[in-house]
Amino acid sequence: MRRYILGRAVQSLVCLLVVSFVVFYAARLTGDPTILLLSEMATKEDAARLKAHLGLDKPILVQYGLFLSHAVRGDLGESTRVHRPVIDVLLARFPASLQLGSVAIAISLLIALPIGVYSAAKRGSFFDLVGRMFAVLGQALPLFWLGLVLMLIFAVWLGVVPAAGRGGIRHLILPAVTMGWATTAAIMRLTRSAMLEVLDSEYVKLARIKGVPEWKVVWKHGLKNALLPVVTFSVLLFAEMIAGAVVTETVFAWPGVGQLLISSVFYRDFPMVQGTVLLLSALFVAGNFTVDILYAYLNPKIRYRQ
Amino acid sequence: MSDQAEPVTAAQQIAHLVRRLRIIPTVPVLILLALCLLGVFAPLIAPYSATEGSLRDKLMPPAWVAGGSWTHPLGTDLLGRDILSRLIYGARTSFTVAALAVFFAGTVGTILGLISGYFGGLTDILLMRLTDIALSVPLILMAIILVAALGTSFTNVILVIVLLLWPRYARQVRGETLSIKERDFVALARIANCSHIRIIWRHIFPNVIPTLLVLVTLQAGYVVLLESTLSFLGVGIPPSTPAWGLMIAEGRTIIDSAWWVAMWPGLSILFMVLSGNLLGDWLRDRLDPTLKQV
Repeated sequence: MRRYILGRAVQSLVCLLVVSFVVFYAARLTGDPTILLLSEMATKEDAARLKAHLGLDKPILVQYGLFLSHAVRGDLGESTRVHRPVIDVLLARFPASLQLGSVAIAISLLIALPIGVYSAAKRGSFFDLVGRMFAVLGQALPLFWLGLVLMLIFAVWLGVVPAAGRGGIRHLILPAVTMGWATTAAIMRLTRSAMLEVLDSEYVKLARIKGVPEWKVVWKHGLKNALLPVVTFSVLLFAEMIAGAVVTETVFAWPGVGQLLISSVFYRDFPMVQGTVLLLSALFVAGNFTVDILYAYLNPKIRYRQ
Repeated sequence: MSDQAEPVTAAQQIAHLVRRLRIIPTVPVLILLALCLLGVFAPLIAPYSATEGSLRDKLMPPAWVAGGSWTHPLGTDLLGRDILSRLIYGARTSFTVAALAVFFAGTVGTILGLISGYFGGLTDILLMRLTDIALSVPLILMAIILVAALGTSFTNVILVIVLLLWPRYARQVRGETLSIKERDFVALARIANCSHIRIIWRHIFPNVIPTLLVLVTLQAGYVVLLESTLSFLGVGIPPSTPAWGLMIAEGRTIIDSAWWVAMWPGLSILFMVLSGNLLGDWLRDRLDPTLKQV
């Protein structure tokens, strides 16, 4: 188990390094910053001096090292749009994203797990058919469009909830349902197929022979074991969630980190874009690592391996 | 070289596939075919220009809504452009991006997967570590930052999507190659003194085709979704091109007064992706039941 966790930790670290290098290098792709900063009167010596001042004359790996050491200390530069440290703006925006994200996950799990389990238990029934159709439809729906359609129906036509922005619980309903949708279909499909496999296994048959009531077979013996394969797909689920957050926050003008990212791209605020991508990527990698450890703990095959 | 060592050629494999695929899911195939034809013949079919409109006709509702007219059956957008024509050209954009992205990602991934699986050793270890990392990088964020840095263009979108997609092909093809190379006909080919390239191309590759076909179909829909999402967010196809994601972005700000601008492109994406996924699911069940969630 120790070896497994160590391997995963190394992989997460390498992944973070790769992501941070892409983020760092992307800034170089936008062009020579000295051209923007200098006046037309500047000589070549001026340009060289500015480059030396900004550290741009050093080898690229040294520059990357500097970028990394600043980033680790929380210094992500200054936003060119609002002229405040990137990290301050990010921290101010983060609670809104956290609120939306957690409600969305809760909705997603509350819908997807029961339907997935029940679909598998009643395989081939009408309920199963509807559930599967729902899942297939869910994976083909463009999230940003779904958000707009929900907004149109419930905010514009019916007027029961506000269309955009952050406020009370009523503001939260549409964005949370939209974002939750991103993962609902996937979790439902995964749970159903994992349950089908588990329900066909020897230990479930034994439980049935022993006379364990059917609900207990399904919800205790079944679900507990079906959750493991679902956990293995958490990388994909996390990725969907981040994409879902960026899209949903943009559609509903939710003042979170995802909306900040897209508006910063629009206003060419590159330090802000870098900082946001770095923060979200770090969260993504950290989330995956946590789930890997959880997986090792849940899976006896790894837990007891020396 | 003897023919005995060649159980299947690519042509035989394809003929075999066609035989097994006789009963096809009609509705999704028809939808995809129709969208594909609309895209290919867009300049002939579209009633109006996709990029120019007259401001006099701006924001006309669909024909059956009060104020609409059959001159613009699905209505017009903010600049008075005919939405039906833009949808037809948009199909062209979506198909082109999906086809090119899947083709390049599939080619790179397949070649690397074949090499990795066939030769094994250090090459294999390095390539698989690379795919491990590539698969655990948050795709959408990398796409956003790369396009933000490079600027929006058709080529950049395809490039970014290829960069993000190739590892899945490499993984799957490598796994298949590992088991195929242990089979007798590969050993016979080796005895017959076939070169490595010949063994890979004539003996292993044809056996990977079914898996590739499933993967390609399932991923095409995903690419259409990804491209439209990036375009919607302003980091995809450049604004002058007719693309479904962009049309929805334009409709977003006027959703309360002109719902039709965002409605039709969304439905188009839904139908295209849904058909692609249904076809892919069906192919998977037929050709490769071991391939689960891709």
